[in-house]
Amino acid sequence: MASVAIPQLSGYRRPAVLDWIMTVDHKKLGILYLYFTLFFFAVGGILALLVRTQLSVADSTFVGNDAYNQIFTMHASAMLFLFIIPVWAGFGNYFVPLQIGAADMAFPRINALSFWLLPPAGILMFSGFLVDGGSANAGWTAYSPLAQQAGVGMDMWIVAVFMLGASSTIGAANFLVTMFRMRAPGMTMFRMPIFCWTMLVTALLQLLATPVLAAALAMLFIDRNYGGSFFDPNGGGNVVLWQNVFWFYSHPAVYIMILPGMGIVSEILPVFSRKPLFGYKAFVFATIAIGALGFSVWAHHMFTTGSVLLPFFGFMTFMIGIPTGVKIFNWLGTLWGGSISFTTPMLFALGFVSMFLIGGINGTFSAAVPVDFALHDTYFVVAHIHYVLFGGSVFAVFAGLYYWFPKIWGRMLDERLGRLHFTFMFIGFNLAFFPMHMLGLDGMPRRIAVYSEDAGWETLNMISTLGAFTIAVSMIPFLIAVVWAFMRPQDQPDNPWEGNTLEWATSSPPPEHNFDSLPPVRSERPLFDARQNGDGH
Amino acid sequence: MAAHGAAERQGLSNPMLGFILFLSSEVMFFGGLFAAYFIARADAVSWPPEELLTPQQIADGVKLELEILLPAIATGILVLSSLTMQWAVWQIQKGNQAGLLWGLFISLALGLIFLTAQMYDYSQLHFRADDTIFGTTFYTLTGFHGAHVAGGALFMFVVLVRSLGGQFTAKNHEAVEACSMYWHFVDVVWIALFTILYIIQ
Repeated sequence: MASVAIPQLSGYRRPAVLDWIMTVDHKKLGILYLYFTLFFFAVGGILALLVRTQLSVADSTFVGNDAYNQIFTMHASAMLFLFIIPVWAGFGNYFVPLQIGAADMAFPRINALSFWLLPPAGILMFSGFLVDGGSANAGWTAYSPLAQQAGVGMDMWIVAVFMLGASSTIGAANFLVTMFRMRAPGMTMFRMPIFCWTMLVTALLQLLATPVLAAALAMLFIDRNYGGSFFDPNGGGNVVLWQNVFWFYSHPAVYIMILPGMGIVSEILPVFSRKPLFGYKAFVFATIAIGALGFSVWAHHMFTTGSVLLPFFGFMTFMIGIPTGVKIFNWLGTLWGGSISFTTPMLFALGFVSMFLIGGINGTFSAAVPVDFALHDTYFVVAHIHYVLFGGSVFAVFAGLYYWFPKIWGRMLDERLGRLHFTFMFIGFNLAFFPMHMLGLDGMPRRIAVYSEDAGWETLNMISTLGAFTIAVSMIPFLIAVVWAFMRPQDQPDNPWEGNTLEWATSSPPPEHNFDSLPPVRSERPLFDARQNGDGH
Repeated sequence: MAAHGAAERQGLSNPMLGFILFLSSEVMFFGGLFAAYFIARADAVSWPPEELLTPQQIADGVKLELEILLPAIATGILVLSSLTMQWAVWQIQKGNQAGLLWGLFISLALGLIFLTAQMYDYSQLHFRADDTIFGTTFYTLTGFHGAHVAGGALFMFVVLVRSLGGQFTAKNHEAVEACSMYWHFVDVVWIALFTILYIIQ
């Protein structure tokens, strides 16, 4: 890349720390998002290890009931609100402007605000451990009346989640305007990279669903602090109201947590199969369909409350299986007949497809109302959400990290360490979560700290705990690979993987203004076209 | 290739589009609160739910009653302020900066009168947020709405100060348009609130 000397005002340079704090560059903010979210992935992971240690043997006394409630609540809260949802905003921040050939997001300062709402929220939520009564302990779903009984840590949790919601709502508006208005010439909506499409639908869901959560949190806060009766039947309120408003957000939120992961996988599979994505438009419409149907299925979390229309919500939940199934065929069709190279990002992407398939099937299985009545609140549900959010989302996070690491940092993560990471994580994941299906069918309820030896759940729980520690061990080669990469020079070319989308048309890492020049965009694979036409970029 | 956007984009600017998206999230926020109110009323044996009051509360003089007269006048004032705000937008579209100033000033004054009327109305009521679901929903809905009116008035004040500096012209007055859009939104929410709280029994 040719570089142009830009006249500087003087020799003054801001200290690097201030540079990071004051930046409005989408790439730096994206990196901050990634650091922040991966930190909370580690925190949530440590809490998960405490949970698994407590459950490894019958009649365990490792942490005790009260601490256990706080630990599993904060494990889920960290993983969902402080890791998975914002990690997509991180990838999106870095790559949406690059993939559509823009110089930055539409509103760079609002973008900085979106990020800087996160650290105070994370600190506030986790400060709950320091106050009387401990942190939030009603589960991440904060059902009433449990949420009414918790200490002041619960209020800190409510305010923190409210702030995180504000962050993702304004972030969503920013992403939408960016994708609607800032695309490079020639890039029509149907030439946008598939990751952008998934971010677009995610942003729509965030924009329309998160404010409902904000309303729910406001009501909970009023009930707890000002004597309100929203969720208190004694004052004429309704406990199921919380479940309705909470899940009206939190079911679309499940797609907020998985759709960008599907997008990343759909970027990676074509590159390493050396084929275009099979059925680009079908994939886009399936994504939109999942987003739209996502607003009509929230009550499948509430079948056993007896106050929802079972046939409707059961049917709509099955319907969501259709666009999701379309995507599985998109991915299989992409692989079919491709010349596949099993690089680390590809391994994680394939891990995603296979594990998410299991998560989709056991989810559709529980959509049948009678089955759900038997499985509700058992470990089967815990298995399902981990197959979707770990087997799905977390595998996609690592797929994205290995794939885009050379673009973000100009350095390649070591392939051998990456394969080791994947192998341990894949085995550990299945050891940890597959036995939970059996435990659930055997009737083990979720969220219990202690079970009796007579229940016969000890072996499977021990296997699950070993799996959890295997996952933890799998992070060691990853961390070594990261440290090792940073010890080497920035030697990566523009396009080390022969990618097809515009982020690979600039240097690695990209300059502050992103692009010195853009290739013409005539399809959803502009760099492939450029290679075909021989005008090597 | 130079930076994109060589041709002037038609229609909404990026900030306006962003603002409309923000307003749609506000609609969903109030949607959640309204849903809570509807569920509360659907669950209630009677509305207002007098039967929920404890003997102690009745002895303390708690009465689940709403006077309609003052809120009805306040509704008229808020609707009128929406009209004057729109008039202000039309004036600046014609380049009339003095008209804009007057329009903004009158709308802001009417908005503040509405807020004062609401606070006075609160002081006259014989129920509290912690009595029953009646008080909880009433104060939550009108309180969040009042906070939005206050936010809108602050927005209007900023626009007023900027127009005192002559910052808006017939071609360039997006902040006025955004402010007016927000004010209309607040107005529409109030009309819906007034209808469900005071009129539909």
